[in-house]
Amino acid sequence: MSVQTAARPGSAGVGTSSPLKLRTPRLRSPRTTGTRRSRRSLVLTLLMGIVLLYSLAPLFWLLVNATKTQDGLLNSFGLWFDGDFALWDNIARTATYDGGIFLRWFANTVLYVVLGAGGATFLAVLGGYALAKFDFPGRKAVFAVVIGAVAIPGTALAVPTFLMFSQMGLTNTPWAVIIPSLISPFGLYLMWTFATEAIPTEIMESARIDGASEARTFFQVCLPLLTPGIVTVLLFTMVATWNNYFLPLIMLKNPDWYPLTLGLNAWNAQAGTAGGEAIFNLVITGSLLTILPLIAAFLLLQRYWQSGLSAGSVKE
Amino acid sequence: MTMTSPQVAAPAGAAAPAARTSRRASRRSWAGWWFIGPFMAVFALVFLAPIAYSIYLSVFRNQLIGGTAFVGLDNYARALGDSQFWSALGRVSLFLAVQVPVMLTIALVVALALDSGRLYGKSFFRISIFLPYAVPAVVATLMWGFMYGTRFGLVGNINQAFGLNLPSPLSSELVLASIGNIVTWEFIGYNMLIFYSALTVIPKSLYEAAEIDGAGQLRVIAAIKLPAIRGAIVVASIFSVIGSFQLFNEPSILKSLSPNTISTYFTPNLYAFSLSFSGQQYNYSATVAIIMGLITMAIAYAVQVRGMRKEL
Repeated sequence: MSVQTAARPGSAGVGTSSPLKLRTPRLRSPRTTGTRRSRRSLVLTLLMGIVLLYSLAPLFWLLVNATKTQDGLLNSFGLWFDGDFALWDNIARTATYDGGIFLRWFANTVLYVVLGAGGATFLAVLGGYALAKFDFPGRKAVFAVVIGAVAIPGTALAVPTFLMFSQMGLTNTPWAVIIPSLISPFGLYLMWTFATEAIPTEIMESARIDGASEARTFFQVCLPLLTPGIVTVLLFTMVATWNNYFLPLIMLKNPDWYPLTLGLNAWNAQAGTAGGEAIFNLVITGSLLTILPLIAAFLLLQRYWQSGLSAGSVKE
Repeated sequence: MTMTSPQVAAPAGAAAPAARTSRRASRRSWAGWWFIGPFMAVFALVFLAPIAYSIYLSVFRNQLIGGTAFVGLDNYARALGDSQFWSALGRVSLFLAVQVPVMLTIALVVALALDSGRLYGKSFFRISIFLPYAVPAVVATLMWGFMYGTRFGLVGNINQAFGLNLPSPLSSELVLASIGNIVTWEFIGYNMLIFYSALTVIPKSLYEAAEIDGAGQLRVIAAIKLPAIRGAIVVASIFSVIGSFQLFNEPSILKSLSPNTISTYFTPNLYAFSLSFSGQQYNYSATVAIIMGLITMAIAYAVQVRGMRKEL
């Protein structure tokens, strides 16, 4: 869409003097505007610094407060360290509290992410490839139904899904969380736009002429070309599954199957119940441990997902 | 159901060169189903079947005497006269009207600043502002909830340090704004990334042309960049509209920190949830959810139509 609009700058009054090339090359690397317009602005940097501070301050708060004891939390200034540094002690207590249930939640979350996000990515890659590279009966219908479904609120589905699953005996089992996680319409959309760009039809044609089956063409010829897109979809489905709260909330009763998000919420709510021990220091330390893996994944895989998104947005 | 398809279908035609399309057409076969089939099978189970079941549920009522009875549109009529439902809907509409523009404007300004190439430490800005997106709503809400707290939160610290008596962000007057702040914090980076990705693929030749015409930065933004990323803005707006109407996690989690200011019908989603999981009123709950689905789709459609019309 952005490309289409860019084709008609005349309506905007600028740029009419230049003949415009519309077909941008496949998979452009992010533009480095800096080279030509290199006047950096201190004022702009400082202004954006406010947003940066806003984004990072709560994370800093979390880090600082994960080093405090329950008493320290109540008696020291929130944005700076307390006298005694209790981070290691907090981590040890988080991991062992209530018979090591936190580690169990961590393992559950990993299970849901590996099967849920992994499966969702696999289905989205296959489906996106089909939509991009095949003309099959019902293609348009598939497309309309899937895109329309994105607008349907989670709760419209939650209650009936819960009732359906309970009749199938799936509630309170990991499957109740994993199966609905397998569908990512956004992932399908992203893979579809990405595959359209990244796989030249000619390559598929020549693989077929060489006698390769459809499966072989896909796995050996096309799949490697899709890597940045796959990493992007995987990251976003990972975030969705790792951070999932609503679905496990309705599906799971047994704390042994909780993911981290539900577990942390249960720990937090514990302080409000009669006779419940207030363990805010463990809630905070647990929160820190919960977000670290995802933040690490995003930082380490930056190169992939940023190019994956840029390519996707060509066709937005 | 087809609401967003024109917007996404359009680039398909635009992207695939005519030759490629015709070649694909010549290969029209069922082979594609080998690849789309698995997705559609699961999709039918977790999307289509629940929707159908929802509609089925909404036209019945479970009575104490006589069991389940067909009641036609009675549940819908009940929802339209339900003041709790309207109050929930009013609250998310207010949220939508204030939070979404604020969030999208900040995200857009940041994206434009990144794209201008005039920032020091551009990639540090980009990744740092995006990071909150990787934080689960549960953690974000707990974190902000603790900070909001007058006991060991920052608000408490500030009151203590300066002898002030700032109102609690969790009081009933401020709690909606406080939730708005949490959601804004979570999604500025995500929306910024959508905008920024769209900005990076604007053909450079356009800027060269603008430079020849002597256009300044602001003029380039108004005349080239904003029109070029209108599609991305529409998409981000639609996602935000859907997100606002589905507001659930943040109020539901804050409820345990502030039980008295967040009611069971604070948002339509929370209301539908309480109806079915505390009240066992599955039929009515499904009805509320369907009405919200229809309203969400209507507004998302309106956003899209409006966005597209400007483009033409």
